[in-house]
Amino acid sequence: MTRKTKIHAEEDRHDLLITREFDLPLELLFRAYAEKEIVEQWMGTHVVAQDNRKFGNWHYQTSDGDGNIVFEAHGTFHDFVPNEKIIRTFEMINAPFDVQLEFLEFTSLGEERSKLNMQIVYRTIELRNQMLKLPFEYGLNMAHDKLEKLLTT
Amino acid sequence: MDLRRDVFQAIADPTRRAIITLVAAHAMTPGAIAENFDSARQTISKHIQILTECEILKQEQQGREIYYHLNPQKMKEISDFIEPFRQLWEERFNKLENIMQQYKTPKKK
Repeated sequence: MTRKTKIHAEEDRHDLLITREFDLPLELLFRAYAEKEIVEQWMGTHVVAQDNRKFGNWHYQTSDGDGNIVFEAHGTFHDFVPNEKIIRTFEMINAPFDVQLEFLEFTSLGEERSKLNMQIVYRTIELRNQMLKLPFEYGLNMAHDKLEKLLTT
Repeated sequence: MDLRRDVFQAIADPTRRAIITLVAAHAMTPGAIAENFDSARQTISKHIQILTECEILKQEQQGREIYYHLNPQKMKEISDFIEPFRQLWEERFNKLENIMQQYKTPKKK
């Protein structure tokens, strides 16, 4: 099992660092963040807006099969430098989480390799820890829901 | 030593997570646990064994029966960890990488 993605989350800090190396040239890695059609593919969401410039906004929306919105997030680009960096805010709509600040740095590691550094800053330490634990708790809940279905049928 | 990783492999499996949820309610015998699943009894035994080795489940002898119950300390330890969070990003980035590999050789229009 490859473990290419690393998470650094130090105690008593309200940010975290996600790093990942890709078997992709830098330009291709950046395109994955810049082109609407490509963002839609790997994020599995609908891109309502993506204005790739300083002061520009972005807005993503994900719906289930019945057209209900299950995920919606938006923010503003504070900086957008192709093949170098993106600084943006990120806020989920209809979720009890404050807006977060994201710094994305793209670096080339050769012709076919590149690296992404992503620093996410949360409003509080508590909020950061909550976000870190969310996928684990979600996994347990999923198991629990499945089990309930199993037991009630 | 890579114990943490093993623990996370243990809870990465949906059947094992279901077993954890079952046993969280009350201590159960292996037979009672297996009744909740369509899988072969042997398969469930293997899952229970892995969970026990990771100390997520604890054995307790009551008369002739062995009961399994949850080790809350271990569960708390796990919930403090961030491995599922990392896996989420790993999957996301893997998808990105796979999709972008296709753009390496663009099809002629």
